[in-house]
Amino acid sequence: MSETLSLTLKIWRQPSAGERGNFGIYYLEGISTHMSFLEMLDVLNEQLIAQDEEPVAFDHDCREGICGMCGVMINGQAHGADTETTTCQLHMRRFNDGDTIVIEPWRAKAFPVVRDLVVDRSSFDRIIQAGGYVSVNTGNAQDGNALPVPHDDAEASMDAAACIGCGACVASCKNASAILFTSAKVSQLALLPQGKPERKQRALKMVAAMDLEQFGSCTNTYECEAACPAGISVENIARLNREYLCAAATSK
Amino acid sequence: MAEAASSLLDSKVPDGPLTEKWDRHRFNMKLVNPANKRKYRVLVVGTGLAGGSAAASLAELGYDVHSVCLQDSPRRAHSIAAQGGINAAKNYPNDGDSIWRLFYDTVKGGDYRSREANVYRLAQVSNSIIDHCVAQGIPFAREYGGTLSNRSFGGAQVSRTFYARGQTGQQLLLGAYSSMMRQVEAGRIKLSTRKEMLDLVVIDGVARGIVTRDLVTGKFDTFAADAVLLCTGGYGNAFYLSTNAKASNVTAAWRCHKRGAFFANPCYTQIHPTCIPVAGDYQSKLTLMSESLRNDGRVWVPKKTGDHRPASEIPDDERDYYLERRYPAFGNLVPRDVASRAAKERCDEGYGVGSTEKAVFLDFRDAINRDGEDVIRAKYGNLFHMYQKITAENPYQVPMRIYPAVHYTMGGLWVDYNLESTVPGLFVLGEANFSDHGANRLGASALMQGLADGYFVIPYTLGNHLASCPLPKVDTDHAAFGEALEQAKGRIDSLLAVNGKRTVESMHRELGAIMWDHCGMSRNAPGLGQAVDKIRALREEFWSNVKVMGSGESFNQNLEHAGRVADFLEFGELFAADALNREESCGGHFRDEHQTEDNEARRDDENFAYVAAWQFNGVGENSTLHKEQLAFDHVPLATRSYK
Repeated sequence: MSETLSLTLKIWRQPSAGERGNFGIYYLEGISTHMSFLEMLDVLNEQLIAQDEEPVAFDHDCREGICGMCGVMINGQAHGADTETTTCQLHMRRFNDGDTIVIEPWRAKAFPVVRDLVVDRSSFDRIIQAGGYVSVNTGNAQDGNALPVPHDDAEASMDAAACIGCGACVASCKNASAILFTSAKVSQLALLPQGKPERKQRALKMVAAMDLEQFGSCTNTYECEAACPAGISVENIARLNREYLCAAATSK
Repeated sequence: MAEAASSLLDSKVPDGPLTEKWDRHRFNMKLVNPANKRKYRVLVVGTGLAGGSAAASLAELGYDVHSVCLQDSPRRAHSIAAQGGINAAKNYPNDGDSIWRLFYDTVKGGDYRSREANVYRLAQVSNSIIDHCVAQGIPFAREYGGTLSNRSFGGAQVSRTFYARGQTGQQLLLGAYSSMMRQVEAGRIKLSTRKEMLDLVVIDGVARGIVTRDLVTGKFDTFAADAVLLCTGGYGNAFYLSTNAKASNVTAAWRCHKRGAFFANPCYTQIHPTCIPVAGDYQSKLTLMSESLRNDGRVWVPKKTGDHRPASEIPDDERDYYLERRYPAFGNLVPRDVASRAAKERCDEGYGVGSTEKAVFLDFRDAINRDGEDVIRAKYGNLFHMYQKITAENPYQVPMRIYPAVHYTMGGLWVDYNLESTVPGLFVLGEANFSDHGANRLGASALMQGLADGYFVIPYTLGNHLASCPLPKVDTDHAAFGEALEQAKGRIDSLLAVNGKRTVESMHRELGAIMWDHCGMSRNAPGLGQAVDKIRALREEFWSNVKVMGSGESFNQNLEHAGRVADFLEFGELFAADALNREESCGGHFRDEHQTEDNEARRDDENFAYVAAWQFNGVGENSTLHKEQLAFDHVPLATRSYK
């Protein structure tokens, strides 16, 4: 592997939500293989500003894989080809000298483009708003140890709770379904005793919110699991389906 | 630097014995009638642990809450990146912990520069935080019997840290976020995302609103309220490279400072010893690895300078395990500030490793030989995986390379016991205030403080303010809103108008280098003087030569960044002035002039047991120092020793 790369980038440019977009083609040289993918975009933006061009807009924040802010399609794959890796944790050593890299925003009706590679994911917030919580006010709580939670249930709940809300599951799904995201939150709470009192309404309301936001249906192709940087399993989808069916069959 | 009367700084610590202050105060504070709460509009800026928990709790009480954040969702706030855990005095392990011990450890860990009454209250409410977070459905680690797990963290002698794998901050933040979203659904929180606060509006000396810029459209808005809660985090990005998220900034706090809120102890910065070192000049961000690694890893550098052999080819007698050599009692487990300074000293002397020579080894060879690779993998697997992902080196086979990085800022806007700043009606919560950590924060205490402020302190003290302060009806037609709005717009226009040659990024990097070189792990008078001169020169260059692309009426990240760097360039000068004023070494603040013969920090309790709170007098003007004297009636002043 050479220590530096020369690259051709094809990047989606779109000035704002209401305007037409197109691919811009850019050339970069001397990209260190130790750079992160976003640092490579930083270098591109410095180069663009030097040439009096507007830099490429992309979302990012923590740059350590946990905030869920970053995320782009890299050569057609959400967050690129590495497994369980966010865009910010992808490094340029995974690319070869002379590569052409195609970079696009998440594509889904429920994630409209804001600018260039930035999309609006507030639909995710509205799904959580519909029921992704335990209705407990500050001050209500009993002692933390008053409610035992079996170790394995806590671990399984944590597996689901690890979702970072980046939207890669939606972007990678041919139907743009948000079911992996929604099922992760439903599962986290369904697996814990704290979540039991509201489990029926939660499943019904969150699924309804998902439909309202015009996310697509799930057809079990599991692209979401393959793309997920937090390792969220499709088992959660099965659990959501059980929760939903049970709630729908028994609700008043 | 003129000094004013300290009467301006009334900490409002209630009377009575330490253990009863908070209870008595809660009784003595005025209440807002439940039916009247909805008539009060409260602005909460920031949605991290402090802002998220405050917004949720206040809305649950019935207040009309408006929450503002600059990310695309409240769930992105940088609290999410906290790894280790959250402290509480539950004493579940039966190992001798108590509220008093947590209080004592926190005051001592802060190197005797925090306010005893605040720290005691923090320890008191710590247990309620755990209970509430469990009730929210946060999947804390559990024992096989179903009870909560605890671990020892950051050198504490008791196991009081609760955790959710290495993602405790994420889980606590998502808990606060879910409570917030429940209130959004209920119509009691109005949520505005991708909006940046650009000014505070003060009417008749009381905070009554804010000015924001919409980061998508560039549109300015003004919001009127009966109180403003600033929960906007720390200012570590003044150093450019830090473990903070890229958007973390000082802008909102700095604008409040310019409107009259005193800035306390800005020089208190925590530099964390176990971060992945800088790899090249393109580096945009530093990544922390939990300090639990030092429980099994041994820190060393070669005994010869410029020794670039692979670690495996350097025999033991040519290695300098310098922490074990200098601190035989604590060895590799010395506190964060001590470990950081020692690494810097070795690298400055030319013993650093790796291509940049700005790193030391953290070696697991002996631990793997002793316990086996599986045991080490079980303890640290996720951290080793992360290290390998970033560096492409396998730490099971070659030692990790680590170097210190800016991590947390203990300083912040000055607040009294009620978390109210020197501008009445402006409350400051979480990392944005200065209150509880003194000169050094202990591991797993940041999450505790953010949530204590938001869930269990502000719901009481805010009510007292609203019930005791006359708050005539104001709306955004008031002249003060117009004036603040014009100033905010003018500043954006000025940034776009410079049209110079240098990029914002390059100037932020230059500021970071100045801060790191002169205001970093060790500081001295000549260096700090140089820092002030260099920052002033850079600020002048910025306003005559910065190049900001695009327009103000669009989604423009370059413009956002420019505004934040402009504020860091003003703030950096105050940081250096504070470090220069504090002629002692304490916690995260180390002055070369004030050390013992063994190169350890030498505090000066006689002259510096005070909070330095600075009043703004104009850009480039000397700030006025106000002192809040600190009394240590319950924790005897002592010198830390790790020999």
